[in-house]
Amino acid sequence: MQALRLVKVAGKSIIKNKMRTLLTMLGIIIGVGAVIVMVAIGEGAQFEIEQQIQNLGTNMVVVTPGAAQTSGASQGASSFSRLTPEDAKKIKNESIYSANVSPVFSSFRAQIVGGEGNWRATILGVTPEYQVIRNWDTTSGRFFDAREERTGAKVVVLGKTIVDQLYGDRDPVGERVIVNRVPMQVIGVLESKGQTADGNDQDDFIVLPYTTARNRILGRWSFMRQILINTYTPEDIPLAQEEVRAILREAHGLASWEADDFEVRNQEQLSEAAQGTTEVMTALLAAIASISLLVGGIGIMNIMLVSVTERTREIGIRMAIGARGSDVLTQFLIESIVMSILGGALGIALGVGGSTLLGSTMGWATAVNTETVVIAIAFSGAVGIFFGFYPARKAAALNPIDALRFE
Amino acid sequence: MSEIKEVIRVLDIRKTYEMGKTKVHALQGVDFSVREGEMVAIMGASGSGKSTLMNIIGGLDYPTSGSYFLDDIEINKLSKNQLADIRNQKIGFVFQGFNLLARTSALENTELPLLYDRSKRVKKHSEAARHSLERVGLGDRVDHFPNELSGGQQQRVAIARALVTNPSLVLADEPTGNLDSKTTVEVMSLFQELNAEGVTILLVTHEDEVARYAKRIVELRDGKIIRDIQQTPDIAAQDLKELLATRANDQGIEELEAAEAD
Repeated sequence: MQALRLVKVAGKSIIKNKMRTLLTMLGIIIGVGAVIVMVAIGEGAQFEIEQQIQNLGTNMVVVTPGAAQTSGASQGASSFSRLTPEDAKKIKNESIYSANVSPVFSSFRAQIVGGEGNWRATILGVTPEYQVIRNWDTTSGRFFDAREERTGAKVVVLGKTIVDQLYGDRDPVGERVIVNRVPMQVIGVLESKGQTADGNDQDDFIVLPYTTARNRILGRWSFMRQILINTYTPEDIPLAQEEVRAILREAHGLASWEADDFEVRNQEQLSEAAQGTTEVMTALLAAIASISLLVGGIGIMNIMLVSVTERTREIGIRMAIGARGSDVLTQFLIESIVMSILGGALGIALGVGGSTLLGSTMGWATAVNTETVVIAIAFSGAVGIFFGFYPARKAAALNPIDALRFE
Repeated sequence: MSEIKEVIRVLDIRKTYEMGKTKVHALQGVDFSVREGEMVAIMGASGSGKSTLMNIIGGLDYPTSGSYFLDDIEINKLSKNQLADIRNQKIGFVFQGFNLLARTSALENTELPLLYDRSKRVKKHSEAARHSLERVGLGDRVDHFPNELSGGQQQRVAIARALVTNPSLVLADEPTGNLDSKTTVEVMSLFQELNAEGVTILLVTHEDEVARYAKRIVELRDGKIIRDIQQTPDIAAQDLKELLATRANDQGIEELEAAEAD
């Protein structure tokens, strides 16, 4: 009825003043677009990190060597390893909450010769359980088994990058490679896990039984970087951490007053810092973008105020022929709301387009979520009402006699 | 013969403006009435109070004291919103400066009062507006914008707009103030035509040229009525014919002179 007609009037007025409308909306368009792009970048970064943590494996607990204390002077984390394969075995045997346990030996980059050339890659010496913990499938062949681990079989599983470098498109399963002058047989290829956010290649590894790695390649004095454990359920993680800590304290013969010479952490703790950083970043980006939205809103108010002055005569005419103050108020309010919602919609298009463009050209992870879009629309509508009300009320309060006389 | 209905009855209207400490008595007790079908010119020099009176009669302003009845409704007792509705339904305004909305077609301008009509008497807006434009002789210009129309045509759109709600009263404030003499006669001829069709018209003017087409003249001075006379109006249509004839004649002479000069 009446409101619908006023929407029509407002619509006509908006269409008749295309340039003014566009300039008014520009602030909102850029504001909403900026909010969406910024939040998309932040969310994308967060998603990326979550993905990486998921890549590490599920329900994972990590034991790393702690700071060895020499006469009370801390040598820093990992300064001297106090972890042994026996520690891993003891956890495997005694822990109730741990499902799988694998020691992780690793080397600096070792020379690998095979296929069409040679390559230097990190060597990981683990148990078959490592595959389960890290949830890492093979795309070809198989992972080594418990017997091969026990006997120290000369078998290797290659990461995707190494296959690409040495064999191209060829399936290397069954081929022979020479790792630090030791000939080995390729029994499997691991699926690709891609790069980490900081550009580390997660596929530049070869994996072999820790027994083989220790005895044939790394030497007796190699040390363990980690023990990886996973639990049956996420709820077990803190229980497992406590349990593993107790087992290791006993294994290392630590007195009650001595500090742990190892660290037991879970995935969440590993990622917390990174996660926190991106959350702050997202909030910061959103805050900056919100300011532009606010500025856009003030822009609308500015134009509407100018518009009220500019259209004083029009308001006078409308009142003289029977418009009530409330009709004029509603008309101006609808105009500003329509403009800001229209601006919001264009801003969303801009934001989604911008995010997609950034995602595809810059390779940035971006994630537009519906929540942001809904909030942006609601916010731009609110901006329209809030910043449109004052000019609209000013228009409605005009005296028709003065308004008609206005030049 | 039954009694002719009174459209306007003004009883001892006074209006006082306070300008700082001095009081300006714009109207000092005005009494008069207008019956249906009349065409009245309210005259007076500037400062005589005729604009103030027009604002009150037009429902744009309240008197300081006195009563004003329009169609037997006591207008000075109404709220602002009721006043807006009265302006919408009972009064048709025609202004000196045309006051059409720019970038809005003649048809849309004419429809405008119907937009605010809460009584919803008129269902088909564009039809009513079209009819109204035909009445003022602009049936072929409905889609034109004000800037595509001459001054006289713009004023006729404004008259069409005033007529679209079938008001009890058309109130014209210096309707020919912005028009040349030929167009003035044209517009006055239209007013006389409408009056002949039964439309009650109140003209506010300071020009005798305009007032002579009215059936009655009410003259104000210093906020009081000093003269209220009936007269036999000149026929604008007749004047227009003569005017056109003289013009054509003058032009003919000019052409002759130009030819002789060559």
